Amino acid sequence: MPGVESSIDQFESALLNVDRQAAKDILDEAVRIDPQEKIIERLIVRALDNIGKKWETGETALSQVYMSGVICEELIADFTETQSDSHLQSAPQIAIATFRDHHSLGKRIVLSVLVANGLKTMDYGQGVEAETLVRKVQADGIKILLISTLMLPSALHVPDVRRRLEQLGLDVKIIVGGAPFRFDEALWRRVGADAMGRTSSDAVEIVRQMLEDIK
Amino acid sequence: MRLESMTPMERTLAALSHKEPDRIPLFLLLTMHGAKELGLTIKDYFSESRHVVEGQIRLLEKYGHDCIYAFFYAPLEVEAWGAEVIYADDGPPNSGAPVVRKYGDIKSLNVPDVKHTPCLCKALDAIRMLKAKVGDTTPIIGVAMSPFSLPVMQMGFEPYLRLIYEESELFRRLTDVNIRFCVDWSNAQLKAGATAICYFDPVSSATIIPRELYLKTGFEIAGRTLSQIKGPTATHMASGRSLPILDDIVKTGTAAVAASRLEDLAAVKERCRNKISVLGNLNGVEMVRWTPSETEQAVKECIAKAGAGGGFILSDNHGEIPFQVTDDTLFAIGGAVRKWGVYPLDWIPADE
Ligand code: B12
Repeated sequence: MPGVESSIDQFESALLNVDRQAAKDILDEAVRIDPQEKIIERLIVRALDNIGKKWETGETALSQVYMSGVICEELIADFTETQSDSHLQSAPQIAIATFRDHHSLGKRIVLSVLVANGLKTMDYGQGVEAETLVRKVQADGIKILLISTLMLPSALHVPDVRRRLEQLGLDVKIIVGGAPFRFDEALWRRVGADAMGRTSSDAVEIVRQMLEDIK
Repeated sequence: MRLESMTPMERTLAALSHKEPDRIPLFLLLTMHGAKELGLTIKDYFSESRHVVEGQIRLLEKYGHDCIYAFFYAPLEVEAWGAEVIYADDGPPNSGAPVVRKYGDIKSLNVPDVKHTPCLCKALDAIRMLKAKVGDTTPIIGVAMSPFSLPVMQMGFEPYLRLIYEESELFRRLTDVNIRFCVDWSNAQLKAGATAICYFDPVSSATIIPRELYLKTGFEIAGRTLSQIKGPTATHMASGRSLPILDDIVKTGTAAVAASRLEDLAAVKERCRNKISVLGNLNGVEMVRWTPSETEQAVKECIAKAGAGGGFILSDNHGEIPFQVTDDTLFAIGGAVRKWGVYPLDWIPADE
């Protein structure tokens, strides 16, 4: 479809400049030209994905990643009358938590990108201890658990989650992420996770892959 | 082995004036390890200045490194504004519920009086006692959060990011109040005996904000703040990236900058050469699992990248070594610096 790529570029730079009006105008125009396509999703998902990926290489900053997400959430809310939740996949169950830590910004970003990508994810909040976390996972029949930490000691307690899951005979995939895992490439294996993501875009890719495997 | 001919202070000052001392200065930025030495919990350890004094002196003697680190923990500064601190047994304390709960609270914020705030007095007492013990032989490093980074703990990260972008009036007001606090707090530490102030400003790092925004915020704030601090400062991004803004950081009037593990130390050193000194950039998080040979390799690599010509201090990249790092690893770092960090560094191939 002509024009979509350039719209994505324009939309991305509007987001990077934290220019709400420009972002809205580009989206409105795209919808006007092509109301049938799932244009909003495509534009938003692609732009957020690019911005998230570029954080890892140092081309974008966290404030841009965060504000882009905020703007996109607002834009999506504006369109919710015309859209339904039907694009969200329901099973199997996915959940995310900020584990032991009180630093929830990473989780907030990952969660909003997962949802924008149509991956329905339960939010278990922040400062969650292993016991509570595992209880919730069991009650909700969660199959994929995303764990975010900012402090190293929190990351080092992930084995506790794994052990408790095993004791209950629960087959749950654990994906970890957050600063300690970005500084030590080997840490995710050491704590018994199944995968590690460096950015919110990674989270989407890994979850999609796991959903394929679970099928 | 050659005998070391300089005191830690002489060594550090030589390095900071871009000369080669007898060997590379080593700053083991240890905070919680003092509690281990004294057999105390982290919370008990930080509850009294004399513990921190005793801990720092023992660590200095044990590892023979080149500084006293008078840093307690980052949330100390929001404790001063009335916020709660959450302690842990195996890591640094974190800030609890914010003091600024809604934007309007910013208007009524009052700068704490440094001399009459118990938690800050405790840290100042520690500096005074440490100074009495080490005199001019060893640099005492004080710490201040930058006025631009402090609000993450005063109000939470998300509300603060939105404040920066969307509430310029209140952002300015918060900045003004925080600059006054940072200057008072830094100068009080210098007066108590700190040799220099480590200015922690990770929100300014390219990891967190883009350069265009930095120039309008963190850069301008650093200029205004550092010019009022009556002593040398080192700018620390707490392992956030600094390369894209290095030339700007140089202009803020700081004497040194700390490099992140996420960037090439050689590139940072090249840009700073003969302008400001570089600290860095051992990976503190990985350090927790290093073997002795990995430790030696990591130290060697940093020295090879940034040691030549002075202007370099070896340290971790975050400004605090995790509690889980073992004594063996800390000894191994010291050993490797004495083995590979003695000037002239003639073992480094010319193309390094
Ligand atoms: C800015 C910063 C600060 C600021 C603000 C911190 C805050 N959030 O409250 C200030 C100055 C306040 C600060 C203070 C401290 N900090 Co600090 N800080 C940083 C820095 C530079 C960035 C952290 C950040 O907030 N990033 C933004 C978030 C959103 O990024 P993120 O969590 O990594 O999430 C991204 C990805 O990792 C991913 N992701 C996150 N979760 C998940 C989950 C999954 C499943 C997936 C797939 C992906 C994913 O997506 C996100 C967006 O892309 C880092 C170093 C660094 N370069 O990262 C140190 C760092 C986080 N700090 C650290 C520490 C220790 C502290 C202190 C405890 C120091 C002290 N002794 O007092 C204090 C405590 C602060 C407090 N709140 O009480 C350590 C933590 C590790 C450790 N050693 O334990 C770090 C990693 C530095 C280091 N290299 O050691 N800090």
